[in-house]
Amino acid sequence: MSVTLLIEQLLNGVQLGTMLFLMASGLTLVFGVMGLINLAHGSFYMVGAYATATVTASTGSFLLGLGAGIAAAALVGALVELLVIRRLYHRPHLDQVLATFALILIFSEGTRWIFGSSPLWLSPPSWLTGFVTLPGDTRYPIYRLVLIGMGIAISIALYLLISRTRLGMRIRAGESDREMIGALGVNISKLYTLVFALGAGLAGLAGALVGALQSVQVGMGEPVLILAFVVIVIGGIGSIKGALLGALLVGIVDTLGRVYLPIFFQAFMPPSEATGVGSALAAMLIYILMAVILAFKPKGLFSAHD
Amino acid sequence: MTNNTSTSNSSSLANRASQRTTTDAALASKANSHFDRKGLVQLTLLGLLLLLPVAAYFLGHIYYVNLASRITIIAMAAVGLNLAIGYGGMVSFGHAVYFGLGGYVAGISAFHAFDLTPFMSWPFTVPGSDSMLVVWLVAVLLCALLALAIGAISLRTTGVYFIMITLAFAQMIYYFANSWPTYGGQDGLPIYIRNTLPLADSSNALTYFLICFTGLVLAMAITSRLMKSRFGAALTMARLNDVRLATAGINPYPIRLVSFVISAAITGLAGALYADLNGFVSPAMLSWHFSGELMVIVILGGVGRLYGPLAGAVLFVMMETLLGGITEYWQLFLGLVLLGVVLFAKHGVLGWLAGRERNE
Amino acid sequence: MKQITRLGLGLLLSSSLVTAHADDVKIGMITTLSGGGSHLGVDVRDGFMLALEQSGRDDVEVLIQDDARRPDLARSLSNEFMQRDKVDILTGIIWSNLAMAVVPSVVRQGTFYLSPNAGPSDLAGRMCHENYFNVAYQNDNLHGAMGAYMRKEGYEHPIIMAPNYPAGTDALAGFKHLYEGEVVGELYTQMGQTDYAAEIAQIRDSDADSLFFFLPGGMGISFMKQWESSGVEMPIFGAAFSFDEILIKAVGSAAIGARNTSLWAYDLENEANDRFVEGFQATYSRMPTLYAAQGYDTANLILSALETAHPDDKDAFREALRAADFDSVRGEFRFGPNQHPIQDIYVREVVEGDDGEPTNRLMGIAVEDIQDVYFEQCQM
Repeated sequence: MSVTLLIEQLLNGVQLGTMLFLMASGLTLVFGVMGLINLAHGSFYMVGAYATATVTASTGSFLLGLGAGIAAAALVGALVELLVIRRLYHRPHLDQVLATFALILIFSEGTRWIFGSSPLWLSPPSWLTGFVTLPGDTRYPIYRLVLIGMGIAISIALYLLISRTRLGMRIRAGESDREMIGALGVNISKLYTLVFALGAGLAGLAGALVGALQSVQVGMGEPVLILAFVVIVIGGIGSIKGALLGALLVGIVDTLGRVYLPIFFQAFMPPSEATGVGSALAAMLIYILMAVILAFKPKGLFSAHD
Repeated sequence: MTNNTSTSNSSSLANRASQRTTTDAALASKANSHFDRKGLVQLTLLGLLLLLPVAAYFLGHIYYVNLASRITIIAMAAVGLNLAIGYGGMVSFGHAVYFGLGGYVAGISAFHAFDLTPFMSWPFTVPGSDSMLVVWLVAVLLCALLALAIGAISLRTTGVYFIMITLAFAQMIYYFANSWPTYGGQDGLPIYIRNTLPLADSSNALTYFLICFTGLVLAMAITSRLMKSRFGAALTMARLNDVRLATAGINPYPIRLVSFVISAAITGLAGALYADLNGFVSPAMLSWHFSGELMVIVILGGVGRLYGPLAGAVLFVMMETLLGGITEYWQLFLGLVLLGVVLFAKHGVLGWLAGRERNE
Repeated sequence: MKQITRLGLGLLLSSSLVTAHADDVKIGMITTLSGGGSHLGVDVRDGFMLALEQSGRDDVEVLIQDDARRPDLARSLSNEFMQRDKVDILTGIIWSNLAMAVVPSVVRQGTFYLSPNAGPSDLAGRMCHENYFNVAYQNDNLHGAMGAYMRKEGYEHPIIMAPNYPAGTDALAGFKHLYEGEVVGELYTQMGQTDYAAEIAQIRDSDADSLFFFLPGGMGISFMKQWESSGVEMPIFGAAFSFDEILIKAVGSAAIGARNTSLWAYDLENEANDRFVEGFQATYSRMPTLYAAQGYDTANLILSALETAHPDDKDAFREALRAADFDSVRGEFRFGPNQHPIQDIYVREVVEGDDGEPTNRLMGIAVEDIQDVYFEQCQM
C-alpha cells in the first residue's frame, strides 16, 4: 500500500466528509435552534437533486440547475415548516419522529408519482470533468476537488453567517435560550422558517452536487440521512463545529475502513474470506465509532445543548 | 400532566376500574365516564381480534386468520416497545434488532434441527431444536442479554442521543446479518417446517393464531402488572422527574435498564413468533425501517396506553393491506394518514376513540 | 395507474363477491412497484400485461400487488393471493431475497410459481420444486457468460467487484467459474453504497487489465459516473443488471463502451421480438428493458401452456409448461431438468444512439446454451 494511495484515500474521505457536513449542518442547526428532530431532511437532499437534474436537462446549464436545486429545496423546506413542522416544536421527540417519518413516505412516493420510477440523468458539467495529477502521479477528479472546495467555502460562509450577522446572532441566541429571544421581540416564527429553509437549502445543495456523481433516484436521501445523524450525534447536537469535525471523522473513517480492513484481515486469513469479513466490519465501523464515542462522551464531542 | 401519575394508567385485562385516589369528585366522575368509554373500546378491540379470526376460520377464510396472527404479533412487538417508549420514556429507535434476533433464533434453530447439524460443537454441543418452547426461551434470554448490553451503554445518554445510539447499535447488527453468509445473509433463512409445540398442532392457522393471541394477552398482562407495582411507579417517576426519584433514594438507571430489558424480551418473543408465522426470517426484520414502523404503531395507537399498540397495529396493518390493493402509491396515502394522526389526534387513535389518559 | 386502481378495487370486491367463472384462470402478481428499484417491477408488469393484451384472451385475470421490496410483505401477499383469491399461478417477484421468502412455501402448497426475474441458486439446486419454473435466468448465468467471454477475448488480469451480499458473492463465484483463470483482485462493496472513490483508487492501483463488476440499480449508476470522472482507462464489463435501457440513460456518456451480457437484446432479430418491441413502444412510449422481456416471456409461456391444459389439472399443466412451446423473444428457449432456462447469453455494447443518448447494441453470443451448475443438486 503506497503512500500516494493513502493520501488519495484521505482526500476521498475528506470529500465524503464535506458533503456529509452540508447535510449535517442543516440538521444540527434545526435541532439546535428549534429542538426538532427531522427525519425528512434526506427528502430535501432528494428534492435538490431532482430539481437540479430536471433544470439541467432542460436548460443544459449545470449552474442554473444547481441554483434551481438549492432554491427548490429551500422553498419546499419553508413550505413544510409553515404547514407541518411549526406545529411540532412543542411536541415530544416521538411525535416529531412520527411526523417526519410520514413526510419521508409522502416525499418519496410523491416524487415517484411526478417523476416516475426511473432514475434521472445528471452529470458534472464538461468544464468540471477530467482530473488533475497530484504529486506521486495519482490522478484526482477535478469535480471531487471542487466538492471539497465548496464544502470548505460553505463552512466558512456558515461560520461568518453565524458569528458576524444579525441572523447569526439570533440563531445563537435561539440556541442558548429559546424563550429569551421571543421575549426580546425577535419574530421567532420568521426566524424558525428561515433557519429551516437554510438547512433544507444546504441539504438540497448537497443532493445536487452529489447527485451528479451518484444516482438521482427515489430514496437517495435515506442512507445519507442516517450518516448525517451519526455525524451530528458524534459531534454533539446543535454544534456546527461538532458537525464539521464529526463529518470529517465519519468520512475518513468510513473510507479508510473500506479500503484497509479487508487488507488488514488478509494478513491472517485466506483472501476471499478476508475481504468478506473485512468489508462486513467496514460496514459496521462508523456505528461502532459512534457507540464508543457516546459511551465515553454521552453528549458527543462538542455538545452545544442538552 | 397532573401529578397523579404514580397510579396505573391502564385498566387490567379483566377491565376492572383501576383504583382512583383523586379527591376531586367532579374529576372522579369524569374519569369514570372515561373508564366506561375506554373500557368499552378496549374490550371491543380485544374481543373483535379474538372473534373475527375464529369466525373466519370456520367460514374457511384462512387468509384472514393469518392476517390476524400478523396483527397480533406486530401488536405484541409494539407492546414491548411501548414499555420502553410509553412508560419508560426511552425512545428506542432500534427495537427491530430484538424482533429480528428473536426471529433468527427461530430460524437458526429450525435450520439446524432440519439439517441435523449442531449449532455449535465447542466447547459443548448445542443442537438445533424445532420445539417452540425452546426457541421462545432462548429468544427471550438472548434478547434480554443483548438489551442488557445495549441498554447499559445507551442509557448513559438521554434524549436524541439515546434515539441515535439505539439506532447505531441496530444498524451494526443489521449490517452484520446482511453480510454473514452462514444463515443466508441478505437472502434470509427459510423455515421449512413450522416449529412444534407439545399437545397442539402449530401448523394449523387457528391454533397458531390462538398461540399468538395468548402471547399478546400475556405481554399486556405483564406490562399492566408491572406498571401497577412499585417498580412501575418508580419507572413512571424516572420518566417524569428522575431528580425526584433520586432524592427518594432510588437510582433511576437500573430501573430503566430492567424495563428496557423486559421490553426487548417481549419484542424478541414476538419476533420468534413472526418468523414461524412467515416461515422465513431475513435482515429486513432488523432494518431501521421496521424500527420506525414499530414506533409509528405505538404512536398511532396512543403512547403509554396498554391497548395503544394493539389499536396501532390493527390500524397500520389494515391500512397497509387495503391501500396496497388500491394504488401503487399507497405509501403516499399512508404517510398522509400518519401525518394527520400526529397533527390532529395528539393521543393516538385510542385517545381519540376512548378519551385521554388521566396523566396526559 | 387507472388499470391498477380498477384491479385493486376489483380485488377489494372479490373478497365478498365471487364472480369468476370456474374455468377462468387467476394469476397473482407480487412485484416491486414502489420505492428504490421499482422500475424493474414496473417493466415486468408492463411486459406481462402486454403479452396478455396481445393474446386477446379475456378469461385470464391478473391481480397485481406491490411488495415495496419487503420480504415479509411479499410473504403476506402470497398468502392473500393463495388463501383468499385462490389464484392458480403466482409470479412477479424481482429480488432473490423476496423469492426465497415466498417461493418455497407457495410451491409446496401446490400453487405454480413462475419467476420473471430472480434465480437464487438454492431454488435451482437443493430446494428445486416441480411447481417452480424460472423463465428468466439462474443468477450465475450472466456473470458466468461474461467470464467466458472475457477469457475468449484475451483479458488475463481482470479485477472483479460486487456488493457484499449473497447475490454479490454468487455473481463473483459464477464469473470465476467460467472465467477459469486467476483474477488479480476481488473487491466487496457495501449494499446500497453510493461513493466508490475508494474502490476506484484501488482498481487503478492494481495491475488489472479489465474490470468486471456486478452493481445492480442505483449502485451501478453511481459507480459508472464516478468511474468516468476518475480518468482510469480500463475496459469495463458487467451483466445487464447495471446496463438496462433505463439505467444507462441515467448514467449518460459514462456508460459508453461498456460491454454487458444479457439474455435478450431489443435489436435481436426474430419475429416474436419485433412484435414485442414494437408493441411495447406503442403501448408505453418507452424502450423495453430485459425485465419487460422476461415478463412478456413469462406471460407467453403461461398462455402457451393454457392452450393444452387448465392449471386445475396440475400434472397436465406442469407438462405443458415444461414443454416451453412458445416463441420466446430471446430466440431458443428450453428448460433444463431443474426447470431453469437453457439459453444463449448475448454480449451487448453500450453505444451512442441516434438521439445522442446511450443505448445497447447487440454484438454477438457470449455463450451458447448456458445452463446453471446447480441442476445436479436438484432432486425432483
